[in-house]
Amino acid sequence: MTKQELTNMVAEILSQIHGEYMPMVKGSDYKTLVTEAPREERHHCPGDFVPDVSQLNLRELYLVENAADGDKFRKMKLKTPARLGCGKAGARYKTLTMLRFRADHAAAQDAVFSEMDAEFAKQHDLLPVKTRCDSKDEYLTRPDLGRCFDEHNAKTIKGVIDTPPRVQLVVGDGLSSAAIAANAMDCMAAIRDGLKLKGIETGKAIFVKYCRVGAGDAIGDITGCELVCVLVGERPGLVTDKSMSAYITYKPHTGVSESSRTVVSNIHAQGTPAVEAGAHVAELIDKILKKKVSGVGLHLEETP
Amino acid sequence: MSEQLCSVGLDVGTTSTQMIVSRLRIENKAGSFAVPRMEIESREILYKSPVHFTPLLRGDLVDADALRRIVDEEYAAAGIRKADVDTGAIIITGETSRKENARAVLEALSNYAGDFVVATAGPDLESILAAKGAGAVELSTKTGKPVLHMDIGGGTSNLALIEDGKITATSCLNVGGRLLKIDPNGRLTYVSPVLGELFSKKEGDDVNREEVMELCEKLVQGLEAAAGRREEGILTKTLHTAGAATLTPPKDAVISFSGGVADCIEVERPWLAFGDMGPELGQAIRKSRLCMGQYALGSETIRATVIGAGSHSTQLSGSTVFYQNITFPLKNLPVVCSPAALRKLDGAGVLALKGLPAPSYGALQRLAQQITEDFPGDMLILALEQDQAKALGQILALQLGTGARILCIDRVQLEEESFLDVGAPVGPALPVVVKTLILSK
Repeated sequence: MTKQELTNMVAEILSQIHGEYMPMVKGSDYKTLVTEAPREERHHCPGDFVPDVSQLNLRELYLVENAADGDKFRKMKLKTPARLGCGKAGARYKTLTMLRFRADHAAAQDAVFSEMDAEFAKQHDLLPVKTRCDSKDEYLTRPDLGRCFDEHNAKTIKGVIDTPPRVQLVVGDGLSSAAIAANAMDCMAAIRDGLKLKGIETGKAIFVKYCRVGAGDAIGDITGCELVCVLVGERPGLVTDKSMSAYITYKPHTGVSESSRTVVSNIHAQGTPAVEAGAHVAELIDKILKKKVSGVGLHLEETP
Repeated sequence: MSEQLCSVGLDVGTTSTQMIVSRLRIENKAGSFAVPRMEIESREILYKSPVHFTPLLRGDLVDADALRRIVDEEYAAAGIRKADVDTGAIIITGETSRKENARAVLEALSNYAGDFVVATAGPDLESILAAKGAGAVELSTKTGKPVLHMDIGGGTSNLALIEDGKITATSCLNVGGRLLKIDPNGRLTYVSPVLGELFSKKEGDDVNREEVMELCEKLVQGLEAAAGRREEGILTKTLHTAGAATLTPPKDAVISFSGGVADCIEVERPWLAFGDMGPELGQAIRKSRLCMGQYALGSETIRATVIGAGSHSTQLSGSTVFYQNITFPLKNLPVVCSPAALRKLDGAGVLALKGLPAPSYGALQRLAQQITEDFPGDMLILALEQDQAKALGQILALQLGTGARILCIDRVQLEEESFLDVGAPVGPALPVVVKTLILSK
C-alpha cells in the first residue's frame, strides 16, 4: 500500500466519522488574510532559543551609532570591563544593554543564593562541615553564625584532623558558590604542589558550608594548626560572579584581628588564573611560616 | 614596592659613538590584595655623553681598545662604576655593523660594560630602538594615529611603522648623511659603495653643492617610495639593504624623523658644515613629499638609537615566575617554538609557548608532561605568553626534581629566530631583553 493510498483511506474513514474530511490546520501554518511581505530574515523559529546575551563579550560590544571615531573607541574599550559605548534609545539604554545588565545582575544574585553541589566535597575528597547557619538567608543576615561551628561539626573536624597540622587548607562557599566551583580545586592543587616542593605536607582539606572568612579562625581553635588558608567565594559583581579570594592567617584563633590576614583576591579567569594564584599562595604560605607573621605584620617585615 | 635599575645604552654607529645612563623605576602596579604586577614606571636619563667619532682601525676594522677607553671615560664622567650597572644594551649600527670584527668587538664590549649589558645588532632592532628612543611609539599611543618613523643616520635610514603604539613593521634603506665624505676643499674623500650607479664621481674628485643636492634628491625619492608617497621604482630596490622588508604604511600615517640628519631638516646648515652630505640630505627631505603632510621631529634626534638601547631595550617578565638552580644573567639564548626543536639544539635554548588561557591544573600537568618527555638537556628554560609560569614551573620541578635547572617566565612574547637575555630578579620579576623583531599579528 502506497502512502497516497493510506492517506486516502484515512481520509475516507474520517469523512465517515465527521461527515466530511477537513485537513487540520496547525497554528504555525496560520496565515492572516492581509497579504504580508514574507519575512525572509527570521532569526528565530518557534522552539529555538533566543541568543544568550550573557555570552557576548562586552569589551568588543560597541553600540554607538554614527560615532565620530568608533574604531578608536573600540580599541580603548578592549582595556576595560566597564559598560561604555552603549549608545542609547532616546533617553534610555538600548534593549540589549538593559537585558545584559539584568542578566549579569541575576547571575550575581544566583551565585550568592545557590548552594554548592551536594557531591562537591565528596568528589574532591574534602571533609564536609557546616557553620552554625541553617540556610542561605540566615547566612546572609547573621555573619556571626557563619564564623563558628556547633559541637557536632567541631567534633567531625576533630575526629578527622586529630594532630595539629602546620597548614590547614579550607574551602568555603562564601558569597559565591560559582567562584568555588570554577576555581577552588585547581587553585588548591597548585598550592599543594607548591608546598610539596618546599617540603611542607598538607593533609585533608575541609569544605565549609555557609562559610565566612572567620570560620578559619574557629578551625584554628579546633585543629591547633599553625596556619590556615581559606579559599572563599567573593561577593559577586557585575563583571564576574566567579571571583575567589585566598585568606591566609598565621596562628589563627577566634578573635584574631583582621589586619593579621594576608589576602590574595581577584582569582578568576579574567583576573589571576586559579593555578597561578595557587602557586603564588604556596610561596606566600612558605614565607609566612618562615617569618611567623601574616597580614600587615608581614608587609612591615618586607618594607624596611 | 619600588625598585630601580641603572641602565646603560651604547650606540656604535656609522659615524658616531654615544652613551647614555638612565634610571628605570619599577613599581608594583597591583593593589595590596592582589598578585603583584611589576611594571617599568618611568625612565629617567641621568647622563648623556658627548658624541664621539666611531674609532676605526684602517677602513674595515673597529678599534676595540679605543671603544673600551670611551666606555671607561664616560663611566667616570657619569660617576658610575661597572658594578652599579644593572642592565643595558650595546648596539652596533649602520655601516659599522658590516666591519669584519663587529660581532667580536660587540660581545667583548658588552661583557666589559657590565654583567647584564647585552650585545645587540641588526637593522630590525635598530629601527625598533630608534622609534622608541625618539618617542615615536609614544606619539602613536597618544594620538592614536599610525606613525612612520625614519631614523636617518650616517649610513642607513631605519624605518619603523607604528600602529596603536605597537611596532608592526620595519625596514632599512641605504640612505644616510655620510655616504659621501668631503674635505674642506670640496674634494671627495669617501664614496660609499652602496651608491653604485647613482653617483658617478670617485674618491679624489672635486664635487660641488649642486651635484650633491642632485644625489640627495634621488636618495630622498627612495625614502618617499618606502613611505608610500611615490610609486616604487628600481631606485627603491637598489636602496633597500639586503634582506630588508618593504612596508606599506597607511595613507594617514604621520612621518617622524630622528638621527643626525633630522637635525638638518628644519635648520639650514652651511655647505660642508660636517664634511659630509648631511645638511643637503636634510634640506632635500624638507622639500620632499615626506614633509608635505603632517610630520614630526623626534623628541630625540641624533641620540634616538642610544636612548632606545639604554632606556627601552629592557622589559620585565610577569611577576609570578619560577626558577631554581639558575645563575643569572643568561645571555643569547636561542628561541624555539616546539619541544621537538628544543631537543635538536646543541646547547641551552628557550622554549617559547603561548600557554593555555586560564587552564585547569590537570591541563597544565599534561602540558608539563609533553615538555619534559625525552627532554635531554640539563637546563629547561620556558617563556610563556599566558600568566601561568609559576604554576607550570613548580610542576616541572616536581617532575624533574629539585636538582634540575629550571627557569619559567611569562608575559613575554617571543618569535623563532630571536634571542633572549635574562637578568637577575628585580623584586618578583625578571628583566629580559628580547633581541628580535616582535610584530603583532
